[in-house]
Amino acid sequence: MFDALTGVLLIPIAAAALVAALPDYRLTARLNVAATALTLLFALSLFFVRPRSGAYLLVDDLNATFIVLTTFVGFTTSVFSSSYIGHELQDGRLTPRFVRYYHAMYQVLMFAMNLALSANNIGLMWVAIEIATLTTVLMVGIYRTHEALEAAWKYFILGSIGIALALFGTILVYMAARPVIGEGLDAMVWTVLVKRAGGFDPALLNLAFVFLLLGYGTKIGLAPLHAWLPDAHAEGPTPISAVLSGLLLNVALYALLRFKMLLAANTAALAPGPLMVTLGLISLVFAAFMLYRRRDIKRLFAYSSIEHMGIIAFAFGMGGPLANFAGLLHMTMHSLTKSAIFFAVGHVAQVKGTQRIADMGGLTETHPALGWGLALGVVAIAGLPPLGIFMSEFLVVTSTFARAPLLAMVLVFGLLVGLAGLFLRLNSVAFGEPRGANAKAQGSYVPMFAHLLLVLVAGVYLPPALVVWFQNVAGLLG
Amino acid sequence: MSRIDFDIAHLLAGSLVLISFLELYQDRLYALLNVYALHALTLAASVAWQAFIQDAPHLYVTAAIALFFKAIVIPVALHRIIVRLGIHRQIDKVVGVGSAMLAGIGLVALSMVVTLRATYGVESLARQDLAFALSVVLLGLLMMVTRRNAVGQVVGFMSLENGLVLAATGARGMPLVVEISVAFSILIAFIVIGIFLFRIRERFDSVDLQALDQFRGER
Repeated sequence: MFDALTGVLLIPIAAAALVAALPDYRLTARLNVAATALTLLFALSLFFVRPRSGAYLLVDDLNATFIVLTTFVGFTTSVFSSSYIGHELQDGRLTPRFVRYYHAMYQVLMFAMNLALSANNIGLMWVAIEIATLTTVLMVGIYRTHEALEAAWKYFILGSIGIALALFGTILVYMAARPVIGEGLDAMVWTVLVKRAGGFDPALLNLAFVFLLLGYGTKIGLAPLHAWLPDAHAEGPTPISAVLSGLLLNVALYALLRFKMLLAANTAALAPGPLMVTLGLISLVFAAFMLYRRRDIKRLFAYSSIEHMGIIAFAFGMGGPLANFAGLLHMTMHSLTKSAIFFAVGHVAQVKGTQRIADMGGLTETHPALGWGLALGVVAIAGLPPLGIFMSEFLVVTSTFARAPLLAMVLVFGLLVGLAGLFLRLNSVAFGEPRGANAKAQGSYVPMFAHLLLVLVAGVYLPPALVVWFQNVAGLLG
Repeated sequence: MSRIDFDIAHLLAGSLVLISFLELYQDRLYALLNVYALHALTLAASVAWQAFIQDAPHLYVTAAIALFFKAIVIPVALHRIIVRLGIHRQIDKVVGVGSAMLAGIGLVALSMVVTLRATYGVESLARQDLAFALSVVLLGLLMMVTRRNAVGQVVGFMSLENGLVLAATGARGMPLVVEISVAFSILIAFIVIGIFLFRIRERFDSVDLQALDQFRGER
């Protein structure tokens, strides 16, 4: 019984084992790309052939969207990573042994994220997110420098606390479900839970959601639980920063959304929306101000990720067809744009030999393609027209103005502060007098420009099929 | 469930909270590890008792993990690491014993108020187990906050995790408990190996996390 979902889960595991066994790093880099490409193909087929859902795994329109996004960015990042890692080897920052280990971990991470996204059992989902956390911790610390180890340790401890709180919430959900559904496996199966949630004890569900919000919220990077995120992004290899920002944060958000749907199915439980709205706004405004005094370019974009996860959590917290649609669109656009930016930043850091913003400048003169690519990425992430993020932010803002004008003011304020902060930095990096080292850029810009092209196209013309699909998913989210 | 079954379960879960308090004010690492071993031992007894009264043989696996892995292997390993790193001196705590204990009492009261209110529908043993478990979780968090030393924080995390296992076994018939406890053991093993392999002592000349902070580029 082999279906597409099995493929999505088994290919990364098989690839991880294979990559770990093979000695040649060039071959493993190619294998890494091939495996993610194959996984992407299987994931795409989920749109057409839906495997049967069971007690452990589930595919519906909501997680098919997430899985395809994850496997797509996973594929393009592996293409970027193969050239990036070659350069790190030349620089001597990594040894071939570590590269093998890195590729194996990359595949395990893809497996864990796909498992978390396709899990129907809330316990299994938790285990998958734990595996994803562990593998990223290992990759963040891979350079073995002071800073990398500190970042990995901090991420480890904070991530573990988040994971622990999420488990407590999961246990509470089971306890709420048990009197209604009965003991055993069914009381942890999400599809069963959501059908019977109306009869659950609301007080217990409320308590569970608070723990789940704090637990998975730590993994989403919502302020004030975000402390691990900038360090982990700045000190790990750049492809991992791209995957962390573009994908892993989404996976944690997805877990939270599943539980939000559970609470929404119980009319007596508290509305999860306002909690998410509050945390989202705090993250947005806080991160927007933090953009100003960053000296490390990867840290800068890590804070920008916190800002955007705040916007997404805000949109989903507002709920309703329009805000959910905007949230989904924003999440997709943010994943594509932020990973493109990290691809650019990876090249920039290799060209300049540093991540300090003060030591880079005038990129558009010395490396036109790279400099303009980065500039385009920042324009996109700052939310300027005609790119995709402008449209999704516009939708979030307008839908909020119609329902809660005061919240919308805070939202717009945060967006503007963030925009100015980003442009301040962009100006010194991309334009002006060339500064810093000037190595020749190696590696391919294709993944970066492919993402930016998609974001541009989405901003100008969103295909009707995609709109219908997102509307459908937004309807599911309630 | 007979009265005595209930009482024993209650006794074991309650002792876990008390031992968490004991951990809170230990100021020597060796003593802390010994108290943690006792914590894990009590957890093993509590889980085994739950396995017995719930007639759930798979829980014996979780009890065995608690006994062998948490009560023996981990404390011994940490003991060795402490010797290797030469940090068997006093723990420098961020807050004093008195205020830590007061905060701990406050957290236990909080968890009682929160869980007992939220769980009217649940039968009384599971309800009280949950209140105890949340207390242990919060005390573990408090311990992580009040210690600067990496080993102390790890012990705090592990006792937090014991609270989670207590909650999971108290929830009658919960599936995947064994799998989850295995997953958690892996996590803990990674943390312990991390302290050792990342050579926090060698790299930073200290397992004091404040020293780690200073290596960061932003300061």
